[in-house]
Formats: sequence, structure tokens, C-alpha cells
Amino acid sequence: MAGTSGFSVSGYGPRRSAWARMAARDSILRKLDWPLLLSAITLSLIGSLLVYSATRNRNSLTHGDQYYFFIRHLMNAGIGLALMIAVIWLGHRTLRGAVPILYGLSVLLMLAVLTPLGSTINGAHSWIVIGGGFSVQPSEFAKITILLGMAMILASRVDAGDTEHPDHRTVAKALGLALVPMVVVMLMPDLGSVMVMAVIVLGCLMASGAPKRWILGLIGAGVVGAVAVASLGILDQYQLNRFAAFANPSLDPAGVGYNTNQARIAIGSGGLLGKGLFHGTQTTGQFVPEQQTDFVFTVAGEELGFVGAGFILLLLGIVLWRACRIARETSELYGTVVAGGIIAWFAFQSFENIGMTLGIMPVAGLPLPFVSYGGSSMFAVWIAVGLLQSIRLQRPIAA
Amino acid sequence: MSNIPETGRTPRVKIRVITIQVLVFSLLLTLGGRLWYLQIRNGQQYTQEANNNHVQQVVKPAVRGSIVDDRGVPLADNATRLVVSANRTALLKQPDDGKAVLTRLAGILGLNAADVMDRVRLCDAKTPQPCWNGSPYQPIPITDKATTKQALQIMEQREDYPGITAEPTAVRSYPGPVGVNAAQVLGYLGPVTDKEVAASEKTDNPLLRSDNVGRAGLESEYDQQLRGKSGVTRYEVDNLGRVIGKAGATPSQPGSNLVTSIDSRVQALTEKELAQAMKNLRKQFDPVSGENFKADSGAAVVMDVHTGRVIAMASNPTYNPNVWTGGISSADYKNLTDKKSNYPLLNRATQGQSAPGSTFKVISTSAALDAGYPEDGGYPCTSSMNVGGRTFKNYESESFGDISLAKALEVSCDTVFYGIAYDQWKKDGGIHPKNPKDWFFKTAHQFGLGKKTGIDLPNEVAGRVPDRQWKQDYWDANKASWCKNGKKGGSYVEQIEYENCKDGYQVRPGDSLNYAIGQGDTLLTPIQEAVMYSAIANGGTMYEPSIGKAVLSADGKHVTPIKPKVAGHLPDSKKSISYINKALAGVVTSGTAAWQFGGWPQDKITLHAKTGTAEVAGKQTTSWLATYTKDYAVIMTISQGGTGSGGSGPAVRKIYEAMYGIGADGKVNPKAGILPKPLTSLPKIGSDGSIDAPKLKPYSPPKKKEPVDPNASADPNATANPNASPDPNASGQPAGTGGGTQQVAAGPPATLPRRD
Repeated sequence: MAGTSGFSVSGYGPRRSAWARMAARDSILRKLDWPLLLSAITLSLIGSLLVYSATRNRNSLTHGDQYYFFIRHLMNAGIGLALMIAVIWLGHRTLRGAVPILYGLSVLLMLAVLTPLGSTINGAHSWIVIGGGFSVQPSEFAKITILLGMAMILASRVDAGDTEHPDHRTVAKALGLALVPMVVVMLMPDLGSVMVMAVIVLGCLMASGAPKRWILGLIGAGVVGAVAVASLGILDQYQLNRFAAFANPSLDPAGVGYNTNQARIAIGSGGLLGKGLFHGTQTTGQFVPEQQTDFVFTVAGEELGFVGAGFILLLLGIVLWRACRIARETSELYGTVVAGGIIAWFAFQSFENIGMTLGIMPVAGLPLPFVSYGGSSMFAVWIAVGLLQSIRLQRPIAA
Repeated sequence: MSNIPETGRTPRVKIRVITIQVLVFSLLLTLGGRLWYLQIRNGQQYTQEANNNHVQQVVKPAVRGSIVDDRGVPLADNATRLVVSANRTALLKQPDDGKAVLTRLAGILGLNAADVMDRVRLCDAKTPQPCWNGSPYQPIPITDKATTKQALQIMEQREDYPGITAEPTAVRSYPGPVGVNAAQVLGYLGPVTDKEVAASEKTDNPLLRSDNVGRAGLESEYDQQLRGKSGVTRYEVDNLGRVIGKAGATPSQPGSNLVTSIDSRVQALTEKELAQAMKNLRKQFDPVSGENFKADSGAAVVMDVHTGRVIAMASNPTYNPNVWTGGISSADYKNLTDKKSNYPLLNRATQGQSAPGSTFKVISTSAALDAGYPEDGGYPCTSSMNVGGRTFKNYESESFGDISLAKALEVSCDTVFYGIAYDQWKKDGGIHPKNPKDWFFKTAHQFGLGKKTGIDLPNEVAGRVPDRQWKQDYWDANKASWCKNGKKGGSYVEQIEYENCKDGYQVRPGDSLNYAIGQGDTLLTPIQEAVMYSAIANGGTMYEPSIGKAVLSADGKHVTPIKPKVAGHLPDSKKSISYINKALAGVVTSGTAAWQFGGWPQDKITLHAKTGTAEVAGKQTTSWLATYTKDYAVIMTISQGGTGSGGSGPAVRKIYEAMYGIGADGKVNPKAGILPKPLTSLPKIGSDGSIDAPKLKPYSPPKKKEPVDPNASADPNATANPNASPDPNASGQPAGTGGGTQQVAAGPPATLPRRD
């Protein structure tokens, strides 16, 4: 077989079999960050089981096919994996050139959501229904284009060797770039995604070495803004209650308070080893709403216990640890900023998602990376994994 | 690779990335810590909450055990009614939440559809009645009056009636075999109170809000055994309350059956004879009060003298115990508790107390014998006796000369007992007692008076022995009012109160005289009398009377006998007992009861009797008749019923005749008798635990000529003295109506009718 192939990576090297090439020291496969990849795959697989457990009895959602969400989740993960390979194959540097196009595309898609093309699912007007049971959430992809766009702007002069760190002008330009999609998402309104985007912006800024005052200024502005919103009566009392209900479920007992309370009961009742997969009473009894998406972690907590839920935390930790390593070890700033944005994104979204099920964060509709059911989110996080792998591989710009 | 700049590794960027890393891992650690807190630290609490969340209980009440008579004939049983119920969970699965089903159902049952729908809605603060107040998982009864045809229609078209069931359900009923009423003995059921539910929560058989518990009689006394254990099915439900699985079930355990010593035929007969005796009395003229006897209440007890077991216990007035079935109506309840009803809920045999009259004289005789008075002491039975300036007369001023104690019992001579009592009173120190022997008080206590017999019926009353302690206590309690209202030389009542205020704590000579013939403040219940005469009959053993004979588990495998308990022994020697026995047999042959027992086969069935006629202030006399053979004691008392022999004689005779099978000719035919010997065996138990009950026919006496109607004037009795009605509140009598002291103060009334 090896002899029939006319293709070789290097014109100077000896011909090698496909297996040998893959196992070779300089092969892409050998250089991939396997802990990162395996953790992400494991999380996706665990996610498929949890999603299955949460949906197999929800006939109104599955229309009688109890494997509907299970298969979909696996399909999404498979597509995600393919997207990752595509991103690795293209390389992040190649994508750097395409950032303006991607950015423009994502903003246009999000604007389309605001037109009659958009749909409201679970209270968030952030979807475009394609048909055939498929729908896209453009804001998930906007997270990627924001961090790619910011990285492009922030690193362009530094990587060119003009300055050591991004100057104020560059930072302002980068913020301007991020602001456009954030405003659009705000209009949907999808506050959770806006928060993630803001954290991505912060992550990018920090990783880029931008002046401290920008970072602290942004954090300060966020705090002042939040206090102003809360105290100036812009929000109704019920909205504030809904926000605060994570800490005190009695503030919104029928809504958010019910969710957080049932989520806490589900997780708490799991104990050390859990009630066993598919044996959670809270899960089987459908006491926790949105359990296959935003509250998927409660299934793990109830059915797999502290050990299983802790294992998910551990896997997320490995993903983030590898991402940090990649950010530290890459040579050019562009990669560092992209990785920084991804770390901020994954970390914040995981913390917010799990934190709300544990009752330490307010309830916001954010999926748990890899684990929650949802195509757009799954694709986006796998693209991000592809970007991380690509940064690690340091592949040159494709010809 | 030289074209790649090292711009990503400037110190500032490195520090920034490390900062990010630290932040990220502190967030993850926070999550881990919180996870530990919820799952490990508070895991138990959340497990509990999760269980409360998803498990719902459906309770199936246990079938209550039956109460059967000595042959296994049910006295209290469960009747089945067809109850149509709706299951909310199943209804809510219907596309229209079951509206169509309920409308169809209402059509079949002939009910209003809107009413049926209201019935299955859940109660809350805003929902008016009717609504369902129980668990939403419990089948909700729509009607308990479905006909078999309606039930069949529903069950045959299951698909048209999802969630609807028509099932026979048990309700308590009192079948009343051969005409038995026994309402006060059996008691009744009533709904539990919140307090009882709360109190039972921690026991192994908690009560449910829907439960009924025994509220009176045997139903109350043996409630624990009869009730059984409710079955609980635990369902797993989802967030909408839909049942998604079974989490386990504890089957209900039917209650045990209670075998009693009541014999249906004797019971029915006793009730009938008591009622007939009272009816007859109401047609009779009482020359003392100048009107017909009122015979307002009465009681009768038939007891097995060897065991203290109650074979029959009748109380009149009575009521139909089935009024309680399925919840009593407020009108019925009012009828039962209204003053006009004369309280048919009271069991006069255990809750009615009155002065015993001359039936007390067996105690006085025992006391005299124990105190050393000779049997044949030549006691003067004079027509009257003067004590303390007062005249105490014999009935109709009769005199019999110097007679023995036995003869004094036989003819019920008051003056003989006056004499002995006065003699003893003086020996004990008179008004200023010095170490009194108090033979008469002591003997009464030894006969079990003044304390509950311990019968297995609730709320028994204790009666009273008006001894020195009681006099003191009574005076302490009332002297303030006596001294305030009493006036020397005032009206009759004021004069009495004046004297009571002065020395009401003293046992005055008149008190001891009245006491010796069963008048004055002494109170006793028919059941006490039955125990006391049974003891004389059996040679001196007093039993704790009992109605329960055995508790049989529902499957019939476990039999828990209720053994007769000895409560004490009479103070009399064997010789004294046989002496009294002989005297009481004489009452039947030649004494105060002889006129009612002409032709009695005394040689075959030796009958003993003591009559009593107790005076009650402001009322007609209370009739007492205490009788016994070697096996049975029969006690009958009728308030405002005249003399003991006159009021109750024929009735008691008929009871004996039926039990022994004595024909009109005086021949004894045990085969014709309904209970010639007390039953000692338990009824037969079938292999399935059911109790074999024979088919009984009510006793019908052999045809004979019309019995001679008792004639009041033929009654050779009399007595002076007041007091006490079978009113359970009698122990707390107001000062104006109480006490032999008044009697002494007032002197005996001018005309004294009859006594025993």
C-alpha cells in the first residue's frame, strides 16, 4: 500500500507507510495535544450519556424516539471533531487571513436573527431555524470570530515587530470590533452570551499584554454598570428577584427559584457515588427543567455522584490546563491571544453553568462546553479545540 | 521556523497567561468545593428532599375486624357498598383532563356532571366545597351508593372510563342478629381528630386522616386489635405528579376479630324483657307518686358466675347503632345527645349508678357475721326503731318478732339491720369515733364497691361508699356553700344546710342506719352488683368482668384468649357464704321474691334472689333485682320502676326460663334452653380464618297461658330513704338532694310505700 502512494510530506524523506508516517516523530498526530483532545472527546461522550438520561422519558421533546437526543449529541460531537480537523488542516494562521470575512459573516448571521428569520427558543431570541429539525445559534460562532478578530488586531503590530505590546489605539480598535456583535446579541436579548463575550474580550486583552488600565477600566465599568442597572430601577423588581433567586430560591419560587432548588436537590442527593446512571429520581421524574442543555450537570451530580461530577470537573480542568500551556508556549502573540480568549470563554462558561446548578451563580442560559446538548455550541467549542491544536502545531500558513 | 517571532513569550504576556491560569483553577476549585459541600456534607438532607419530591403514598385502609358473639355470630361487621372512585392521575392523562369521562360517568350514575367534576378537583384556599381534600394520588370517591348495574356498566366498558373504578368497599355495620341491639356494648366509630393523628404518627400503626376509630364500647376498648394496619403503596411520580413507577407496597393487614362472651339470643331476650318490663311499669299506677311509673331507664346484666364473663348486657333507652354507619347525620346526632333523648348513648349497666336499696343487705349481713354477730341471734324485727329522737320504720310497719339474719334477709327486715348498725356505730365511738372498726364500710370495700370493676368497656363509673373519708371530703367541698345558705329554723333545705354546715363531716347514727339498708349516699352500678352476686354464687371469688373472650387474627391462625381475671375475694368465710346462699334461696321460695317465682323448679335449678327498692329524692323508687343460680347471675334495675320484685321479677324469670329451657309447667328441658350451661369453647374457625357462625333463631317461649300481670299491691316491701338515680353525674350531687343526713333531719316521710 505504501508503495502505491505517490504522496509524501517531504520530498527529501524516505517513503514511509501511512502508519509509520502517522507515528513518526514529526507527524501531526504525534504533535497533537492528546490530553486536550482525549479530555474533550471524553466530555462529549459523557455528555451524550447524560443527555440521553435526561431525555429518554421526555416524550414531548423526543416525540417517542428515546435515542433522538443521544444520537444527535453524538452526531454533533462527530461534526465538531470534523470541524476541529478542518481547522487543524487549515491552520490558525490561514484563518487569520480570513478573519474579516468570518467576522462579517457572523455579524450578518446575527443580524438575520433580528429579522423575521430569527426564532425564539427557550426564551432566547437567538436562533435561526434552518429546517429539518436543525437550527443555528449564530452567537456561538460570534464568540470565535470575536476572539479571532481581537487577536488579529491586537497582535498585528506586535507580531510585525512594531511594538512590544498593543497600544491604546489598537486596544480601542479591538474593543470596537468586539462591541458590534455584542450589541447585536444584547438586542436579541441574550445576556448570557453577552457576558461570555465580555469575558472573552477580557481574556484576549489580558493575554495580549494590553495596558493594565484597559483591563481594570473594563472590569470597573462592568461593576459600575451592574450597580447602576440594579439601583437606578432600570430593571423591574421581578427581574432582580429572578437574578438573585439562585442564592434565595424563595424570591422566585415558581421560576428560577424552582429550577435552582430542584437542581440543588438533584445534585445533593447524588452523594458520593450517585444513584447510578439512569436511576436518578430527580432526572427520571423530570423535576429539573432544561436538563439536557443548561442543567445537564445535575444529571451527572445525581446519577454519578461526587465522583462522576468531580471527574467532569477534572476533565474540564485538563482542557483548560492544556489550553493555558498552549497559550504559554506558543511563540507569536496572535496564538497567545486566541488561546487566552478560548481559555476565558471555556472557563467562564463552565464556571457559570456548573455554578448555577450548584446555586453559587445566577441562572443564565449557557451550555456546558462539550457536555450540554446543542449543535452550535458543540461546533463552536470543537472549532476552538481545533484552533488550540493548530496553535500548538505552529503550522505555517498553508500555501 | 525562523519566520515566527517570539512575540507571544514576552515576560508581561507570560505573567498575564499565568494569572489567567491561576484564576481559572481557582474557579474550578470553587466548583469542586461547592460540589463537596452539597453532595458529601449535605447529601443526606438532599436525599431526603429528593425522596419527598418523587414518592407519593396511596393508602388502602385495613378491613376492620368483626365483633362476634360466643358462637361466632357477628354483632359488628363490615357491610359492602359499591363505591365509584376516580383516579386523578389517570384522568389527567386524558387529552381533555378527563372531562368527557366524568360527564359520561355522571350520566350513568344520574349525577350532575358539574358536581362530579367539582368533587375531583383539589381543595385549596380558593376552591369552595365540594373538593377533594385528600392526597391527589388517592382514588377519589364519587358515590358510595352505586347500584350493581351501574358498577357493571362502568367495569364492562373499561376503555370508556379510564381511571374510574367501581369497587365494593367495607363500611361498618351492626347486623343485629336475632334482634340484638347491644348498641352501648358495641359502641361506634367516629372520625379521628387531628390530635390523634399527630399523636399516632410516631407509633408503628399511624392513623390516617380518613380513618375512623372506636369511640365507645367494645369498638373503642379493642380499637387497636380491630383496626388492623393500613396498606401503603408508594408510587414514584414525576414533576407533574404523573405516576412513573411503583416504589414498593406494604399490603394492608386486616384487623383481628373479637370473640365476645355475649350470647346473641340471651342478649336479644334480655333487651326485650327489660324493655317489656319498663313498658309494663309505665302502665302501672304508683300510689306513692300518684301517677304511673315513669320507668325512664334501666339496665340488665347476665353474667357467667364462674368467670365474670358478661353473657348479656342491656341498657335502656337505646338506639340503632347503624346510624353511625358512613358518618352520622347531624340530626341523628342531635337526637342521641339531646336532653329529651334521655341519653341512649350511656351504658346504664356500667355508667349508671344508684343506691342499691336492700340488695345491699348481703353486705350488711356479711359485715355483721364478720363482726361476730351470731347467725341466729334472735334479732328483733320490730315495726320501727327510735334512734336519736327519730323514728326509723320498717316497711308498712311490719314486724316479724325475733328472727335470724337469714330470715332478716329473706323478708328484708330493715329494723334488724338498723339495730346491728346502730350497735356497731356506738361501739365505734358514735359521734366521736375512737379507732373505729367500721365493719360495714370495710365490708362494702371488700365487696368491690366504690371502685371500678375493670370491665373491658370504656368510661365505667366507680360508684360510691359513703365512708368517713368520703363524708369528710364531701363536707370540705361543700361546707362553704352550706354555711352560707343554711339557716337555723329556715326552710326545709335551709335547715338541712344549716345542720350539714355544723357537723356534715360526721357519720351520724341516722347515716349508719340508712347505709346498712343500702340507702343514703351509697351508689353502685349494675355491673358491680353482678360481680358481687356472682362472687357469692361461686363461693367467694370476684372476677374482673369481661366481654372480650378472645382475639382472633384475621387469618384465624393466632388466637389470643382473654382469660378471666380474679379481682379479689369476698371477706366471708365459706360458712357465711353458704349461710347467705341459703337465705337468698329462701327469698325465692318464701321471701320478698316468692310471689314472682311460683312454680319455679327450685329443686332442679336453685335460684337465689335479693330484691331492692331504693328511694330517690324527688323521683319514684329505683327497682333492683339481683339473682343467681350456680352458673349465672342476672341483675336488673329500672329507674323509677317501683319495687325490685314487681318491676323486674317477671322479666328476670323469663330470662332464666329461656336459658335453662324451663317450660310453663316448670319442667326443665335443657335441649330447649338457649344456654343451659355457659359456653367455654370458642367458635369454630374456618381454614380461611373466617368464623363459622350458626344460623340462630330468636328464642320463642313454649306456648303457655298468659302470665299473671304483676300487681303492685301484692308487693310486700317498703323502705324509707332517699337518693340517687342512674345518672352518671350523680356523684356530684348538689347539697340539696344528697345524703342520709337530710333523711335523719327530716325524719321519714309520712307514707312510705314499699321496699325490699
